[in-house]
Amino acid sequence: MSAFLTVNNLSAALHGFDQRVLRSVSFSIDTGEVLGLVGESGAGKSMIGKAILGILPSAIEIVEGEILLDGQDLQKMKPADRRRLIGATAALIPQDPLTALNPSRRIEPQITNRLVDILGWTKSDARGRAMELLNEVHIDNPERVMASYPHELSGGMRQRVLIASAFAANPKLVIADEPTTALDVTVQKQILRLIRELQTRHSTAMVFVTHDLGVVSKVCQRLSVLYGGKIVENSSVPDFFEGPKHAYSRALLAATPKYNDPDASLLPVDEAVIEAVAAEVLAADKEWRHGG
Amino acid sequence: MLDGRGSLKRRLGARLWLSGTWLGIMALLALFAPLISPHDPLAQDLFAGRLPPFWLSGSDSAYLLGTDSLGRDVLSRLIHGARIAFSVALLAGLATAFVGSTLGLLAGYMRGWVDIVISRLVDIWMAFPPVLFAILLIAVLGTGLTSIIIAIVVIDWTRFCRVVRAEAMNQSAMDYVSSAIVAGRPRRDILWREILPNVLPTIVVLSTLEMGIAVIVEAILSFVNLSISTDAPTWGGMIAEGRTSIHQAWWVLAFPLGVLFLTVLSFSQFGEGLKDRFDPVLR
Repeated sequence: MSAFLTVNNLSAALHGFDQRVLRSVSFSIDTGEVLGLVGESGAGKSMIGKAILGILPSAIEIVEGEILLDGQDLQKMKPADRRRLIGATAALIPQDPLTALNPSRRIEPQITNRLVDILGWTKSDARGRAMELLNEVHIDNPERVMASYPHELSGGMRQRVLIASAFAANPKLVIADEPTTALDVTVQKQILRLIRELQTRHSTAMVFVTHDLGVVSKVCQRLSVLYGGKIVENSSVPDFFEGPKHAYSRALLAATPKYNDPDASLLPVDEAVIEAVAAEVLAADKEWRHGG
Repeated sequence: MLDGRGSLKRRLGARLWLSGTWLGIMALLALFAPLISPHDPLAQDLFAGRLPPFWLSGSDSAYLLGTDSLGRDVLSRLIHGARIAFSVALLAGLATAFVGSTLGLLAGYMRGWVDIVISRLVDIWMAFPPVLFAILLIAVLGTGLTSIIIAIVVIDWTRFCRVVRAEAMNQSAMDYVSSAIVAGRPRRDILWREILPNVLPTIVVLSTLEMGIAVIVEAILSFVNLSISTDAPTWGGMIAEGRTSIHQAWWVLAFPLGVLFLTVLSFSQFGEGLKDRFDPVLR
């Protein structure tokens, strides 16, 4: 079957600048598959997710390429139609659970709004669904949580609520933007397991943005390594951990902390490797400019 | 799980209590002015001119706070003055808040050309000296309560517009707005249900501050005789009249000045108190 989400040659740039922040990114995901997007800070991981969902900051625009969601080219759709399609098929698990819930609204409408307003559910159906989902994310007293304001919940609780909210409308695609980065390690593990659990149960296609290769090995089937907004390696997860092909990927893997050998853990990525990959990115830019 | 609801209820605090009480009393006086005031604020009695307040010798117990040079009762004029001051404060404060906040929300949320037009307008507006602008406006509109209110709205909407625009921009950048967009919710709905509730505390606080400012502006305009009709019992007008006889009858100046001062202070303190209470970060 054809991929559920295909990103083809996607480039984005700061408005009015020649400098691209995403450089001809291509990848695809099948239903039920999890793709990890890995890279250091500023590599453009989150940007890709935002580009797909149409929530790029206003200063950044897509300058070329296509995003096919369920066979439809998002770039060619009218904005209103695009929003409707994304609203019906895709969802986001955001990075920071502290700012991702509206502080002045109770939890319940924040989960059910989409169901009632966009998908036309009745209030009581939506409420039932919200309860069910809060149960699925192992919240013991969903009624009380739904009546709470975000500031009354802990960070881990809020992330659970956000995950429940993301899966509420049975999305076919979920973009998880570093969903565990803002949480402490013990909570991280639970949340990861939870995301994996829901993703498997609903056989959702998922883009998992992270800088943590350990997380990728647990959650994803395939991964793409990004540097400077360019994908330097696409690989299946087992292949990657056996032997990454790109020098930068190897260095990134080597820099992952090893818990059994703490002294060797703080290995920075070699300067020479960075220079090489940066040069590669710039060369690709040059080629792109001449081509376009 | 956190169960902090009970403990999160904070006490009102002296600031809110004191300012609230003063404003409450003034509001009641304003509301029931005709019933409470012992005399007609406009009635003159030239034989009872410049009577001192009740604790000084030579006072008349019928005039508790004394009379001015035309023999009008200072207390009655103060009470009726409160009526004018509070009408202006409420109407001008709310109207300014409405106009400024609406434009600020639109600019901060829609961005693009809407923002450019509104922001440039604010910049141009703020280049006018406000008091001169007010006097000019009154000169064009003519005196009267409505003119004063219009003048205040026209001059001060920028105050709201700037702050609300910045706040709307802040909120628009939050992840929960992104989530709402991803959920496919319409833009109007996002503005109305996601952004406005979070900007509202700011608007409420600014409104109370604006009410204080409205009281001052009205007093200034009365002082320069550009408010309501000349003999209307306004605090600013009383201050202007009292100024001429300060050596013979200080009370004609002192009482309206004190009441004006306390009222404006109370409005601003009330606003500050509300801010502490409603600030979502502190909540």
